[in-house]
Amino acid sequence: MDIMSMTATEIGRKIKAGEIGVVEAVKACLESIEKYDKEYNCFVTVDREGAISQAEEIQKKIDAGELTGPLAGVPIAIKDNMCQEGVLTSCSSKILSNFVPTYTSDAVLKLMEAGAVIIGKTNMDEFAMGSTTETSYYGETKNPWDISRVPGGSSGGSAAAVAAEEVPCALGSDTGGSIRQPASFCGVTGIKPTYGRVSRYGLIAYGSSLDQIGPLAKDVTDCATILEIISQYDSKDSTSVNRTDNDFTSALCDDVKGLKIGLPRDYFTDGLDPEIKEAVYQAAEVLKRKGAIVEEFDLGMVEYAIPAYYIIASAEASSNLERFDGVKYGYRTDSYTDLHNMYKKSRSEGFGAEVKRRIMLGSFVLSSGYYDAYYVKALKVKALIKQAYDKAFEKYDIIMGPVAPTTALKLGESLSDPIKMYLGDVYTVPVNLAGLPGISLPCGYDRNGMPIGLQMVGNAFEEKKIIRAAYAYEQTRAYKRPAGVCERGL
Amino acid sequence: MTITDETIDYVGILAKLELSDEEKLQAKKDMSDMLDYVSKLNELDTENVEAMSHTFSYNNVFREDVVINGDNRDNLLKNAPEQKDGCYKVPKTFD
Repeated sequence: MDIMSMTATEIGRKIKAGEIGVVEAVKACLESIEKYDKEYNCFVTVDREGAISQAEEIQKKIDAGELTGPLAGVPIAIKDNMCQEGVLTSCSSKILSNFVPTYTSDAVLKLMEAGAVIIGKTNMDEFAMGSTTETSYYGETKNPWDISRVPGGSSGGSAAAVAAEEVPCALGSDTGGSIRQPASFCGVTGIKPTYGRVSRYGLIAYGSSLDQIGPLAKDVTDCATILEIISQYDSKDSTSVNRTDNDFTSALCDDVKGLKIGLPRDYFTDGLDPEIKEAVYQAAEVLKRKGAIVEEFDLGMVEYAIPAYYIIASAEASSNLERFDGVKYGYRTDSYTDLHNMYKKSRSEGFGAEVKRRIMLGSFVLSSGYYDAYYVKALKVKALIKQAYDKAFEKYDIIMGPVAPTTALKLGESLSDPIKMYLGDVYTVPVNLAGLPGISLPCGYDRNGMPIGLQMVGNAFEEKKIIRAAYAYEQTRAYKRPAGVCERGL
Repeated sequence: MTITDETIDYVGILAKLELSDEEKLQAKKDMSDMLDYVSKLNELDTENVEAMSHTFSYNNVFREDVVINGDNRDNLLKNAPEQKDGCYKVPKTFD
């Protein structure tokens, strides 16, 4: 029985039926990581002993009938910006290279309570700043579809680990596309929930008004199942929203009859790779044949989202990252003259180039004399972007389009020109600014065989609509594994 | 927008970053490029638009002022680069 080729919920069912042991499932992951992660570098930390002892405990609880949920005994990986008590949490940064949290983030705790086994912490762009996972202090992650290409980012380690079948599912976080874009580049599925749906307690902050934790897995069913477990009100996050409609798996039905889907004309412009355009239109045709009503419309404001995002996200980052000062935790420089010099040197030696770039920009746009011209202006544009979505959702249930203008680029291609890299987030960033839920799932492959992602965006707290549409679309396709993964064991 | 050496030094103070001469040159270019790029927002008339910090209307969230976490000092201090007598140790700040 090839455990690693199964989805998370399949593994969960087989564990429940007694066909697979929890330790057996965990060992299958650890073995896969041992064999293949040297090539892909998806993990910063693998918690071998912790995972096995968790597995033994969980097996007992399953046997005693105390744990009966769909993820009981299922191994999962966590992006390395979510705190886990007693396990190194580095944010893929040098400055947190020795940070061992004393508490566990709420989303991870919810998974543990549901009986999921935390396997390890996945690689990411440093502090989630980047779209390629190349800004990690611990080396780049490689795309399992083609190791000369990036896995996307910033949750690149999570997406690649799922695609490489080192783990059946993972958590990521999405500030400007960091779940959806790597899911798209690695041919897996990922959901960025509505802002406030999942607690951010214990998620190391980048852009607090935009950050949201979500699942990455092989299919929509797994993502909905994980999301259902991690979406709970948490009084420790003041932006957590108390909702009763977290039963996402109830939306897993193959029915899109009458569902109104809008395709924004302004997403399908010159900057979009023609093969991606074609794949997304094909997907729209499929949904139309299944009874959805598909129309093109003008969303507006598309070209203003990236500039507004980089002002807001950098401003919040410069403020959030002030806490890294070499006093309470993390890296401290070896030699310094006084307190102030110690702060400066610890930070300058501890942060990488992209993080410094954003802290500098953020400090500038918040500084006296520039605050109104840049920061307040960006917040006003954010209001206009939200209005554009509000108007669209008066007419449509779902807004559908590409996830990114290209498929996965070659390693090293993006880093030399930051603005070019930022432009790759054009279709994902506006969704975060408006706080909306979005899903990314595979819808085709380009001439190089690289996966193409389809994005569906819903109105606030309408995850169920995008889950339903994504599930219905998924029923028309088979999950495709990277060639390198298919060839294993042959 | 042209970024001067003075601006970079000033932002370095705000950001508590010590940049090498090479990094400063790069930062000048990067910031100048980025500010030119984001100036695109000036195409939009936002005179009568209210700045939006959160997309949903949150009210202040209050709770009773009751301590819910226990004493975790020893564990927290394990992460400190330097500690002494149960406190964080920092360089001398005054004579």
